[in-house]
This record gives sequence, C-alpha cells and structure tokens, in this order.
Amino acid sequence: MERNNILSVQQSRDSDFIREVEEASGQNVSKCYQCGNCMASCVYTFAYDYPVTQIMRLIQLGQRDTVLSSRSIWLCANCQACTTRCPNNIDVAQVMEALRIMTRQADTVSQPDIQAFYDEFLRSVKTFGRVFETGLLPVYNMRVKKPFTDFDLAPRLLKKGKITFFPALVKNRKKIAEIFEVTKRECFSKAGKARPEPLSSKTDT
Amino acid sequence: MRIGVFVCSCGTNIAGTVDTKRVASEALSFADVVYATNYMYTCSEPGQQEIQKAITEHGLQGVVVAACSPRMHEPTFRRAVEKAGLNRYMFEMANIREHVSWIGTDKEANTRKALDLVRMAVAKLRFNAPLFSSKAPVNKRLLVIGGGVAGIQAALDCAEGGMDVVMVERKQYIGGKMAKLDKTFPTIDCSSCILGPKMVDVSQNEKITLYAASQIESINGYIGNFTVDIRKKATYVNWDACTGCGACVEKCPSKKAEDYFNEGLGQARAINIPFPQAIPKKAAIDAQFCRQLNGKKCGVCAKICPVKAIDFEMKDTIVTEKVGAIIVATGYDLFDYSVYGEYGGGRYPDVISGIQYERILSASGPFGGHIRRPSDGREPKDIVFISCVGSRDASVGRPYCSGICCMYIAKQAILTKDHMPESNSYVFYMDIRSPGKNYDEFVRRAQEEYGVQYIRGRVGKIYQRGDRMVVQGADTLLGVQVEVEADLVVLATGVESSSGAGELAEKLRISYDQYGFYMESHPKLRPVETNTAGVYLAGACQGPKDIPSSVAQGSAAASKVQSLFAHDTIETNPQVALVNERNCIACGKCIQVCPFGAIQWKELRGGIKKAEVLQTVCQGCGVCNATCPPKAIQLQHATDNQILAEVNELCA
Repeated sequence: MERNNILSVQQSRDSDFIREVEEASGQNVSKCYQCGNCMASCVYTFAYDYPVTQIMRLIQLGQRDTVLSSRSIWLCANCQACTTRCPNNIDVAQVMEALRIMTRQADTVSQPDIQAFYDEFLRSVKTFGRVFETGLLPVYNMRVKKPFTDFDLAPRLLKKGKITFFPALVKNRKKIAEIFEVTKRECFSKAGKARPEPLSSKTDT
Repeated sequence: MRIGVFVCSCGTNIAGTVDTKRVASEALSFADVVYATNYMYTCSEPGQQEIQKAITEHGLQGVVVAACSPRMHEPTFRRAVEKAGLNRYMFEMANIREHVSWIGTDKEANTRKALDLVRMAVAKLRFNAPLFSSKAPVNKRLLVIGGGVAGIQAALDCAEGGMDVVMVERKQYIGGKMAKLDKTFPTIDCSSCILGPKMVDVSQNEKITLYAASQIESINGYIGNFTVDIRKKATYVNWDACTGCGACVEKCPSKKAEDYFNEGLGQARAINIPFPQAIPKKAAIDAQFCRQLNGKKCGVCAKICPVKAIDFEMKDTIVTEKVGAIIVATGYDLFDYSVYGEYGGGRYPDVISGIQYERILSASGPFGGHIRRPSDGREPKDIVFISCVGSRDASVGRPYCSGICCMYIAKQAILTKDHMPESNSYVFYMDIRSPGKNYDEFVRRAQEEYGVQYIRGRVGKIYQRGDRMVVQGADTLLGVQVEVEADLVVLATGVESSSGAGELAEKLRISYDQYGFYMESHPKLRPVETNTAGVYLAGACQGPKDIPSSVAQGSAAASKVQSLFAHDTIETNPQVALVNERNCIACGKCIQVCPFGAIQWKELRGGIKKAEVLQTVCQGCGVCNATCPPKAIQLQHATDNQILAEVNELCA
C-alpha cells in the first residue's frame, strides 16, 4: 500500500472497476462531491488507512488495487453513519459492503483475520440458531493462531453469566440453517459461479 | 390561395441533417404552393427581404417558413410579411430545427419529417384568415407585492417616474430580511443605515400607498387592467391614529411574546413595534399573546394610549385596488436547521442560525450589539461557522447553492474579530462561492487579515462537553477527522422559497419551480418577466440572491413596468376564443371550464342567452374550444378546421 505522489489519471483508471462497484452497490459514485461528511461521522476514521471520503474518491478514479487492498473496507463496522449523513443520499455503507464482497470473490481479502471472524460468527449462527460465544471465540482464536487472546476474561464472564458452557438452542434451528442455504443458492445463481462460503453479505445479523 | 415556402438551412444547424434543398423542391408540389426556395439564414435581413420580394413578385397571399422554433423568430417573420402588405396571421412556421435537425441524425428520415411538418403548415395556412388586434387601455398604477429591498427599489423607481404605486407587505414593517442584518458584505456597510433612507422614502413618497400587515386576497384581470383584493389584517391598533410613541409597548404586561424580529432570541411584548427604525412605525398586537384578546382582564395599552388608537374589536378588512402591472418581490425564507439532528439545532441553545447571529451582532438586537451566548449570556471565545446547512444537500431536498452563505459567514467572522479581538473563528466549508465584485478578495481578507481558520470539510456531529460544544468534522484536504471545541456554533442556513409562495403564484397565475421559486420567462433573456403578461419578478422570490442582485432586479422590473406604462393602450392578442352565436346552444359549459373567467352570458333581444368571450381576458388556452358540444366556440388561429387540416395531412 505504498502511496505514490504521482498518479497517472488516464493510465491508472480502471473503468470496469467503477462500473462493477456501481452495479454491486446500486450506488452512483459520481454523486460524491467530497464534502467529507462520511469521514467526519465515521467512528473508525482513526484506524482506517484511507478515510472513507478517500475510498469514494479512489473509486471515482478507478483505483482498483488500492481500494480492494485497503484495510478500511474491512474495518468498516457497517454502522451506516456515513449513509445517514451523506448529503447526496449515497449508501456509502453499501459501497463498502460491495467492496468486501468483491475482495472475497477475487480472493484478495487483505484482512484474513476479520474475514475469519465473519465466517465463524455466521457458522455459529447457522449451527446453533444464534451465536454461541463460548464456542465461537476459541475456534476463531485457533483459526487466526492467537489461541490465548482474551482468554483471561473467560472466568469473569462465566461468573456474571455472560457466557455459558452450553449453547442456548433456539427452536427450529433447521429453519435458520435453511436461510443460509437459500441465500447461498440465490447468490450462486446470481453470480453464476462458485464462491467461498459462507457469504457474509446477506446473512449478517 | 397563393402560398410561398421558405426553407431555412440555419447554416449547418438544419442543413447538416436535413436536405433543405429537397424539402424546398418537393414543397412546390403541395396544394396552393406557387413558390418555394431554400435560404442559408432566413432570419437575416437579406433573408427577410427575399420573402418580401417573393410576396410582391409572385403575388403570395400566405407564407410558410420552415426554420427554428416559433418562440425564436415567429415575431420576426410576422413583421416581415406585414411590411410586405400581408396580414401577420397569414404566416405559418414549421419547426424543423428543434423538432427535427437537432434531435435526429438520420438525414433521410429527418428530411421526410421536415417535409411532413411543412405540408402540415401549408395545409393549416390554407384555412388561415386575417386577424386584427384591438386596443385596451392601460391603468398606469403598479402593485408591488413584498416590501423587502427588491420591492422597495422597484416601488421607488416607478414612483420617481411619476407612477402611482401600491405596496403590499405581509409583515407589519417593510425592509424584509435586509432590515434584520447588522452589516452587509463586502463593504461592511451598516445595513439599516443604507436601507433606512429608502424605507423612509417609501413612507413619505406621495405616489406610494403602503399596506403593511396585509396580504393579497385575490387577483383578477389582465395586463393593463388588474383588480386586486388586499386583506388588511387586524392589528388591533388604528394606524391612522397611532403615532408610534411606544407607550403601550412599555406598559404591556404580557412580556413573553415571540420576538419574530429577533428570530426568537429575545422576548417581545404582546403589543409591539419591532425595531426603532420600523416603517411604518406603528404598534400592532400579537393576538396569540395578548391578555385582553385571550379573555383575561387587561386593556392596559388602551388605557395608556394618548390617542386612543387601540381597538380590540378590529377585524380584517378587504380593500380593492386597480392596477396595470404587478411586481412580485416576496423574497425568501431560511432553512429550518432543526432538520439536522446531528448539529443539535433546536436542542442546543448555543447552536444558532446565521440570521440569529446577525441579530446578536446588531446594536438593536437582543444583546445590544454585544456578542453573547443565548444559553448563559457569556461572551464566546471560539466560534464555529458551518456552511451549506440546507444548501447543496439533496438528502434534505435542497440540492441548489444558496449563493449568499459563503459571503455572510466571511462577513460574520470578520465582525466577530472586530467585536472580540481575542476570539477565534473557524469555518467549515465545502467550496467557497464568491463570484461577485470584490467578493473573493473579501473572503481572502477574512483568512489573511482576520485569521479566520477555514477547514475544508463538512461537520458530522456536534456534542456537548461541559459548557462547550465539540464540533466533529473532516479536513478533506488532509484526509483526517478534526475536532474543534466551540462556545458558539453558527449554522449558515440556506435560502428557500418564501412560505406561501405557491398560493400566491396560483393567484397570480405564474409558474414556480419544484423548490417554490418563481419561474422567469427566459432564464437568460427575460429574467424579470413571467409567462403571465404584466407580472414581473424582483429579488429572491425568483431564486437565491444577494442584495446587489435583488436591487438590480428591482430596478430592472421597474424599467419593464415603465416601458409598459409608456403606452396609453396595449394591443390585445387576437388569438383568442370567439363564439359563433348561431351555433351556441347556451349550455354554459365554456363558462364553467374557463380558467380565466373570460366567458360570460350575453342577452340578445327577446332574452335569448349566448356565451360571450371577453377578448382582453381570454388567454387563448383553448379549453372552451375542446369542451363546446356544438363547436360553436373556436379559438382563433387554432380552429378545429385548421387543426384537422394538419392532422389529415399527417395521416394522408
């Protein structure tokens, strides 16, 4: 993610990228006039490599690699403050979401740890009908090879009843698992090709 | 009939995609066409002479020009044929530019369509008859609606020219928004010092009749002859007697009335004179807050008034004025900033609008010209200005630029530094729009000489921290989030159309855009006319405007009125409806449908009733023509026969 201070506007412009983002998000990115309200409202601006205003600008300039390899799109918590405040009615959070899906499809996710969390979270929901934290966290920790992260919190959480040893099963778990299957089928038929599962996009709780 | 056809090439505008030569040569085969030719620029002087020469040489009785839109050059060609001895209505125009050459690229198809349009024009012309206009007298009195700076300028200009002017103002004082301003950009002139003399002129000029606290009830008539009903609202004070001494205001016990003039920052008395220089300087009672009018025992003002002007029984009255022209100068309103929840507008007392800050800065304002926070009266140290609040924001339905905010923020920031040299001002902006004379220099001065910090970015939210506020925004030039601690936040609220603009437009029969601003007749070439003859626009009712532009438009509208009033009579348009009394069955449908009230009953001998069109009132819309069951009423120059001839030709 080296920042080059000279950008060849014509040669670096990937028009297909702009079109793909617009199609996937359903937003017209040329409506953005760079007022900065999304950046001003975003709670994660402090941690982003490119603030969201600049992500929008990079899309307008067709900078595929810079956008798709950025940390920002994976740190986005989808809180939608940007969408709420945008004076041009751009659903900025939806643009960020579309970018995450694009990196998954291209298998170029820059933040595999965050992707792993999405995956494990949804797997937990699919299996138990709701999140089972005591199962989710150790599995996630193993996947990202940080087995003892937050381990010290477990006794206190157990004592307060925030986590339990056994999952709280919901009625009709199968129905919930079915939602995943249906969504996956629909996404496959739309895309016409296989994708890594599960898809975080439509089933995010 | 001997008809001549002239096909214009309009340089390459038409000839580029239409075979104009072929159109001319094939037109020769149409019925009654005895002469047809093609010319490079038919509207040019030699082009018009060509037409006139052909009329005499070939004995033409009617002329068709196939060229641009009739809105452009129909008057030109009508004059040309009239000079050659034809009646101006023995002329038809086929629009083969806007309707053909500019919209299609297929030359063969375009040529066929152009031929169709010419054939239709010829077919219609064969049914044309000479029409003659009559003359109607012009009532040389002017109505000005709105007493802001644009209306004042228009009224004074016309009064100067010797015309009688009637001015109607909704509020109890004239001066409009400008009267509320402290100073004006870019000269830092005292607003009331430059407006005050003009307001006094209005009240003292014998030619001007001022109706303040009045509204337009209804408008009837047409250019040169309007009849206007004006509703004088009950002020509960007899203004003929009131001397404006202010004794009643001092003694009024109801002290918590809404202070409209100070934008809610202070509190007014129920009986009030809004500001010291008010014109007319008369007291009026706010019925909402008056004790006596709300069934309580009071009547203090009536007891104290030395001239016994108080009248609690006063009712609205309607007066009727007859005028020949109307200038609409109803101004604007400001955006309601409470829509922006993230700015805390309406919840935080120290988040205020630009016009409220203007009142704070003003020596006649709620704090006597000392800058204080509304919440605790403390002098603020850090002041944040936020631009584009209700401007350039599609999400709140205001995608347009208000045009004045960049400048008034710069002015207020400069004044803030003048009042409090130790203070710091910060401006959040998206772009700086300063295209007027000396405007950009003024904004630069704010930054260079007065040290105002400009930050390029919008503000995401404002929250309270202690007794201060934190303004969280972006600096898009750096690509970082920024925070500014502020004692006072001023929102540069944008311009929106005046409340009630739509209802007034319907009374005036003028059109307005989706935001409620009145539509000019042509955005470039007829900026102060409306599409209703005799009604003109001035000031921000037509779109956001600063003071110089409003004044310029006021004078421009006044000059339009003066050129209208330079004539004793006006020619009426003969393209109006006409009743064939032999066919009229007196069903009265036309009277019902006419949107202009232009048709009335007429009694013939023996009490036979027939419909009759008032030629001067009829606007030629043709609704009666379409409604009339026996087709007795016909719109001249667009009769059924003429239209059917065109349709037949198209379907042939």
